[in-house]
Amino acid sequence: MNTLAASLTSTGEAVQFWILGTIAVIGALCTILMRRAVHSALCLAGTMIVLAVFYLANGAYFLGIVQIVVYTGAIMMLFLFVVMLVGVTAADSLTETIKGQRWWAAACGLGFGILLIAGIGNASLTTFTGLGVANAGGNVEGLAALIFTKYVFAFEITGALLITASIGAMVLTHRERTERALTQREMSEKRVRSKHLPPLPAPGVYARHNAVDIAGLLPDGSASELTVSKTLKDRGQIRDVSGEAIADLKALEQRSSERLGRADRLGREDREDREEGVTK
Amino acid sequence: MNPVNYLYLAALLFTIGAAGVLIRRNAIVVFMCVELMLNACNLAFVAFSRMHGNLDGQIIAFFTMVVAAAEVVVGLAIIVSVFRSRHSASVDDASLMKL
Repeated sequence: MNTLAASLTSTGEAVQFWILGTIAVIGALCTILMRRAVHSALCLAGTMIVLAVFYLANGAYFLGIVQIVVYTGAIMMLFLFVVMLVGVTAADSLTETIKGQRWWAAACGLGFGILLIAGIGNASLTTFTGLGVANAGGNVEGLAALIFTKYVFAFEITGALLITASIGAMVLTHRERTERALTQREMSEKRVRSKHLPPLPAPGVYARHNAVDIAGLLPDGSASELTVSKTLKDRGQIRDVSGEAIADLKALEQRSSERLGRADRLGREDREDREEGVTK
Repeated sequence: MNPVNYLYLAALLFTIGAAGVLIRRNAIVVFMCVELMLNACNLAFVAFSRMHGNLDGQIIAFFTMVVAAAEVVVGLAIIVSVFRSRHSASVDDASLMKL
């Protein structure tokens, strides 16, 4: 980068801008148009990575890395975490509470965008200085020199803000216990009074599999309700293997009888019996 | 290419984010659109920093990032606590104070 005022960047940067800028706009549009929150979050993460590349291209090396680490790394993961907590499958409802809200919103957005872009177009921004001088001693060093001198109070207030935010998040998501927690003695007494004294059977105790979605079999061959988690039961994700043992036994019997030629002999005896009956 | 194109891109992204805030109902997606708007502002700050040849714009963008991180933490905590009491993340359902 030269130190004098320039009016054009390199061709490489122009190519990069037009390709990645298109991707960023598509990502932003997908963020607001995708019906599922997970898809929106992923599109937004893509846009943020493109913006990080733009920061790097603009000489903001520190911010480019921070953008990737903080935004795509921490903030988007936080978003995805909350989406998972709230429910991945929950799609946005398409019913409009306010009539014509969507069209009015789109019209407002369009008007706002035209105003903003026309405003920038009106400004005379034909030349730019470039960060060659400012970044001469290193971008991080330059930022540090500014943060710890000119902006030191803002920096310290930022620290207070971060602590307040983390405490606020803890306070907001903390749930106060409404009743006293049971002691060990009370729990054991409760258990003795209940019908089921031994621990609940694990999945597949008497079955031939021990996957969590396979109900354990009782000695009579029926599936035990207690062995499968309620969530799996509600989702209908249980595999019933109670009939499998009997089917296996049947197959084994058939194989053994075939090997011993018993079926053949039995058939012959049958025929002999019938012939005897006829002769008699 | 003039770096002013970065400003146009920032304006476009900001507009898309603002339209998303108005259009979407899911509180989480609305929040993501706010993040998009903040990112667009950061891009404008960084572009201005390059145009004027000093690092103040980057400092402001850095502070914006910190504030955005704090905002996300508190906002998502609010969404989670609203979801706990209303079993919905839709902004239409949070109408407890409505007559």
